[in-house]
Amino acid sequence: MRIVKLKKENLFPFLEVISKEADLWAPVKKYEDKHVFKAVEDFSEIDLDYQRTIIPPRRILLPPKTNMFEATQNTYKEDFSNVSKKIIFGIHACDVNALVIMDRFYNFAYDDPYYTRARENTLILGYSCWPDEHCLCKSTNTHIVTEGYDLFFSKLDTHYLVWIGSSQGDDLIRKQPSLFNEDISDKDIQTYLNWQKEREDAFQAEIDFIDMPDLIELKYNDPLWEELGKACLACGSCTNVCPTCNCYNVYDKPILGKNASKIVRCWDACTLENYSEVAGGENFRENRADRLKLWYTHKLQAYISKYGKPACVGCGRCIVSCPVDINVLTVGKTLSGEKVDAFWKRFNLQVKKEVRK
Amino acid sequence: MKGDAKTTVHANPFMPEPARIIRTQMLTKDVKFFQIRLADMEKALAFRYSPGQFIMLSVLGAGEAPFSISSTPSRPGLLEFCIRKAGTVTNALFRFKENDLVGLRGPYGNGFPLEEMLDRDILIVMGGLGAAPLRSVLLYCLDNRDKFRRVILLHGAKNPEEMIFREEFYSLKEREDLECFLTVDSDTTGEWKENIGVVTALFEKCRNINPADTAALVCGPPVMYKFVLKELVKLNIPKDQILMTLERRMKCGVGKCGHCAIDYIYTCLDGPVFTYWDVLHMRELI
Ligand SMILES: Cc1cc2nc3c(=O)[nH]c(=O)nc-3n(C[C@H](O)[C@H](O)[C@H](O)COP(=O)(O)OP(=O)(O)OC[C@H]3O[C@@H](n4cnc5c(N)ncnc54)[C@H](O)[C@@H]3O)c2cc1C
Ligand code: SF4
Ligand code: SF4
Ligand code: FES
Repeated sequence: MRIVKLKKENLFPFLEVISKEADLWAPVKKYEDKHVFKAVEDFSEIDLDYQRTIIPPRRILLPPKTNMFEATQNTYKEDFSNVSKKIIFGIHACDVNALVIMDRFYNFAYDDPYYTRARENTLILGYSCWPDEHCLCKSTNTHIVTEGYDLFFSKLDTHYLVWIGSSQGDDLIRKQPSLFNEDISDKDIQTYLNWQKEREDAFQAEIDFIDMPDLIELKYNDPLWEELGKACLACGSCTNVCPTCNCYNVYDKPILGKNASKIVRCWDACTLENYSEVAGGENFRENRADRLKLWYTHKLQAYISKYGKPACVGCGRCIVSCPVDINVLTVGKTLSGEKVDAFWKRFNLQVKKEVRK
Repeated sequence: MKGDAKTTVHANPFMPEPARIIRTQMLTKDVKFFQIRLADMEKALAFRYSPGQFIMLSVLGAGEAPFSISSTPSRPGLLEFCIRKAGTVTNALFRFKENDLVGLRGPYGNGFPLEEMLDRDILIVMGGLGAAPLRSVLLYCLDNRDKFRRVILLHGAKNPEEMIFREEFYSLKEREDLECFLTVDSDTTGEWKENIGVVTALFEKCRNINPADTAALVCGPPVMYKFVLKELVKLNIPKDQILMTLERRMKCGVGKCGHCAIDYIYTCLDGPVFTYWDVLHMRELI
């Protein structure tokens, strides 16, 4: 690993150089404080002062709808039209770590070519961030990156420190080395360390993930799940915004006038009603409580048991997007016996009151 | 789009192979038997699988669904399935005729642990469509008869007309090296010469098994499990020697779509065969 220095005013010239051979995706403002990743031509659109994008960057690799095949009775033609050379710039540490989880998942047992091909044509240029009250990534230890990036930009006062994480990242720098500078002074190092320290102290949200696998097990029959189930709208938002969710559905879309179909894969959510239905209409998870239990088992227990860390990277998206405040923070805290203030709690109290009347 | 995307060749696990329907036959009023062979003869002969595994069948315009392989790898070339009319894909399959092409990919899943079953008594308990995966392992045991000790088959159905593979199992009764017991809840034909009563009543016939050295294989409708498992435990068969195959919604078969997940288990990769011990530890399993 090598670290170089880039003057702030050299950032756009650098992006200019590297975007000649690949589509550059970067955060842009959609409305108010909401951001999305977008393929940008006009760099003035880029807004690096963002907290979290609405939809996680996995969307760029596997969009909500992906055509897998164009098929006729006996030929299946693979469709990789989504695959192109891409550079994702401005992606925060939690999302880089989420992609590492995705990489592992899509390569496990069988290699998923729709993800893998898109992924191997994509370079990840991370960007430092500052936590808000919803960022949980320090608790998940994903507020820093150790792998999964090609370059990582840490913003200091007048310049960036740029971590080079891969040889492809190094190639990018070499396209115009004159933009960069190798002599990092003691002062630079101190500024970075101070920033780092301040950032560590700035985290507000916190939960203890170590106990989660045990708590999920011990509280499997806790009334909490029914309470959550009663308030959940089964809207699927939590799943759409989570950077480590990956479930999908597949359907045949007949092409009109031809005896042919497109085989399409589209995002699905385990929080939706018909997710676990099998033949004969039998549904193994008919009620919302059971489906939420599956979701939280996955985020807080399953991955920890397998890989020693949670499948949650603490991005805070479920916290800002669930209309009834069902999220890792309120669920995690309630599991560990802490009191929380959440819509689903007030909702259940209200329901109880009305029942009493 | 800029630059040339790298195109490393990846085997595409979602790519179906064209397969030809060789023969079909109605087994009951809503279950049909299919013999299918990969259209490419070399691939057909090279197709390896083990009993208990499943494949994905696809029908253009209708979609794809998982089906257990009912044939045995000891008789290569042809794959056999019994398929119940349930929805989009199966309805389309029922309209297919001999020589028509379907898509097939697989095999997937773990299958039965044949190594651990060697030199043991094999007790097979099936009900309804559970006959589909269990016929594969039954025929496998019969084709490799010297590798197993006693082979006992208990098969239950509502009535004779709904007994899948009725004729075939009936003729297996002739074999001296198989203890085959068939039962129906009620005889609607007036011609039934076998047992009448629920499948658990057949357990009388295996009181004298050696439980520590028995592998019990169970597959059937959810209600059957409850009663059958109780009987097997009563027989003192160790819980990790009771094997069952489970059904979940499956959209990919290769651990990607998430539909078959139970806790941290993917039924399509880690199953569909589980031991009763596994099941007791995964609360959502049945
Ligand atoms: C490992 C495994 C092995 C299997 N082996 C066999 C076998 O050997 N033989 C066999 O016959 N079957 C077998 N099955 C079951 C078979 O795969 C299912 O019955 C499959 O759903 C049939 O597909 P279909 O398109 O015909 O039905 P579908 O159209 O998928 O419908 C099946 C049922 O699901 C419901 N449903 C489906 N999609 C939706 C939706 N979007 N919203 C609401 N409801 C919905 C329908 O109401 C219907 O009751 C197996 C399943 C598994 C997992
Ligand atoms: S569970 Fe919530 S906080 Fe954790 S990664 Fe998913 S959306 Fe982000
Ligand atoms: S938990 Fe919240 S975001 Fe998720 S489905 Fe329920 S209501 Fe929607
Ligand atoms: S069937 Fe898709 S993950 Fe198991």
